[in-house]
Amino acid sequence: MANMKGRNMPRVQDAKERVRNFDEVSHGFDDATMVEEADRCLNCKNAPCMGGCPVGIHIPEFISCLKKGDKEGASEVISRSTKLPAICGRVCPQERQCEKYCVRNRAGGAVAIGQLERCVGDYNLTKQNVKSSPDPSAPAVAIVGSGPAGLTCAADCLSAGLRVTIFEAFHKAGGVLTYGIPEFRLPKAIVDKEISKLLDMGCEIKLNSLVGRSVTIDELKRDYDAIFISSGAGLPQFLHIEGENLNGVMSANEFLTRVNLMKAYKKDSATPIYCGQNVVVVGAGNVAMDAARTAKRLGGDVTIVYRRSRDEIPARAEEVEHAEEEGVKFMLLTNPVSIGGDETGMVNSMRCIKMQLGEPDASGRRRPVPIEGSEFEIATDHVIVALGTSPNPLIKKAFPMLSFNPRGTIIADENMFTGVEGIWAGGDVVTGSATVISAMGAGRKAAAQIIEYIGEKKK
Amino acid sequence: MNKVLSIVETAPRVVRLEVETPDVAKHCLPGQFIILRADAEGERVPFTICDYDREKGTITLLVQVVGDTTAEIAALKAGEYIHDLVGPLGNPTELDEYENVVLVGGGIGCAVIYPQAKKRMSEGKPCDIIIGAKTSQLLFAKEDFKKFAKNLYITTDDGSEGLKGFVTTQLELLIQSGEKIDCVFVVGPMIMMKNVCDVTAKYDIPTVVSMNSLMLDGTGMCGCCRITVGGETKYACVDGPEFDGHKVDFKEAMQRVDFYKKRGNDCRMMRY
Repeated sequence: MANMKGRNMPRVQDAKERVRNFDEVSHGFDDATMVEEADRCLNCKNAPCMGGCPVGIHIPEFISCLKKGDKEGASEVISRSTKLPAICGRVCPQERQCEKYCVRNRAGGAVAIGQLERCVGDYNLTKQNVKSSPDPSAPAVAIVGSGPAGLTCAADCLSAGLRVTIFEAFHKAGGVLTYGIPEFRLPKAIVDKEISKLLDMGCEIKLNSLVGRSVTIDELKRDYDAIFISSGAGLPQFLHIEGENLNGVMSANEFLTRVNLMKAYKKDSATPIYCGQNVVVVGAGNVAMDAARTAKRLGGDVTIVYRRSRDEIPARAEEVEHAEEEGVKFMLLTNPVSIGGDETGMVNSMRCIKMQLGEPDASGRRRPVPIEGSEFEIATDHVIVALGTSPNPLIKKAFPMLSFNPRGTIIADENMFTGVEGIWAGGDVVTGSATVISAMGAGRKAAAQIIEYIGEKKK
Repeated sequence: MNKVLSIVETAPRVVRLEVETPDVAKHCLPGQFIILRADAEGERVPFTICDYDREKGTITLLVQVVGDTTAEIAALKAGEYIHDLVGPLGNPTELDEYENVVLVGGGIGCAVIYPQAKKRMSEGKPCDIIIGAKTSQLLFAKEDFKKFAKNLYITTDDGSEGLKGFVTTQLELLIQSGEKIDCVFVVGPMIMMKNVCDVTAKYDIPTVVSMNSLMLDGTGMCGCCRITVGGETKYACVDGPEFDGHKVDFKEAMQRVDFYKKRGNDCRMMRY
């Protein structure tokens, strides 16, 4: 009989301590806690949790292994569905996926599935990579972008014996895992280790290679049997209000890339960084939380400005909690109207208006409506805009034969097929900014299709 | 990859390097740029592709020492490597619709008009070219420009060579001489581009500028390079780097390019 105790919580770094470093916030479960938490799983026959997993991990089965402390067995179960559990266990919004459907929600809280997955992922990281290399005459797949969708697709294609080349525009692989998500939430050593596994499977990663510029689509079609586009959504949205191009106003992408990819938080970094005393982060998604918490670590007094109410905050609950613990302030139902600056072009204030919630809009959330005459000004010397991103316009230029939505996303069917022979697309470049795990799900689906297509072609 | 084949000091604190980078050399066109990192811990810095040789698989960069990264590049020896190099980035120069073009280059900005001058020459449509620098020693590739130009005009601030004064003075003389000019393509320090635009606006001559905004990724991801053109926000990296100079908000652009300089970092991220 499963234990009926409440959900175990992982140990975390004390908030006062962690705002002074970039080390990972959560320490995860130790082995004893892992077994105890695994023991809370009721091993439901119909496994409702699995319905919430975008990659369909057999959750009760891997947790059954953990009940016996068998991480190796659990690893085998998980690896059938994802190659990146150390990452998924950390950044998936489990409370909206697997854990949302856990029957233990009514008895002591959902089983901490994400934390358990992380235990297995971290165990995998301690293992030696298995070296292999595909047959040099095997069909070849070109993958555009080395973020979660691309890495997942690559792993599956390599496992099927295909040759894989990933094209990455940056000087380091990992996409958003590398430039976007901060060290304190996802240590880069984990991302590097996962990528090293692919390299040891014979994956070729061409860094500093921008598809459409360094290599053309015609060259890809000539040299590869199939193409998967997983270039993400990198183009930041701005507010389109007065004062937006003042110095000290920047996208969360810029701020986070400087810190995460370029390591600008380190004293001896060659890359410059600016962090103000009074930082305002506009938006309340995961990226906004990452930016706010990063600014906090760089010494800023940070306020998040969000036009809806607390209930509509799109970021993960855990991220919001962590941000609050770290002293990030929330100014809800507030929308920026304009940004003011001094004579040198440096931001010094933001004019905002109070909002109230009206009727539900297309997203099903209640639409925020400005309250007339409620404008007020706040002092700020640093505005970070985190309102989401859309696909890079270069992709449209690079692949003129594909169909695009008005927002710049590639149109693909439920199997990630673009409708153009030999080309699949998935992840944020298709959905617009979404989650790491949904991108991995897309990479997985596309890989299955590519493997089948290449198999057919060979016949 | 990215092997330095040759490196020559063309003027005090200015070097010209030939770098082996076949993918870039194969696809690049005049007006485009690359971003490089000198070493494994380096910052990303944009540089214009001054020249290229598709056969040899090389590109030529012109680097003026203004900070740590540029100093590190200038200290490279032939046979050594640049750690990372990505490109070609940005859009190529588009001046083909204009018959009579005047190319104006200031200081290191000459690196941008160089490939255009060469291209127009090879197409049998050589341009009038004005190059300017603080002093004679700092004039870049004078001999090459002489070969590419219909007429080459030189200005120096101190009068050590050519006309004493600024490129604007020479340009205005040329305009007033009745020379038919369909378009001016000017590249150099922002203040120089602004001043040239002020001159050409008076005579209603279309003017193209190449914006050397700060950049991080150079592929449209960070928005660091954004400028205002005709009231709209544009990204120098993916929408440019070339824009209608009469529509660029230079005051804002000049403030933005100095941002990190004011913060105690010497500005080390300029493309030319």
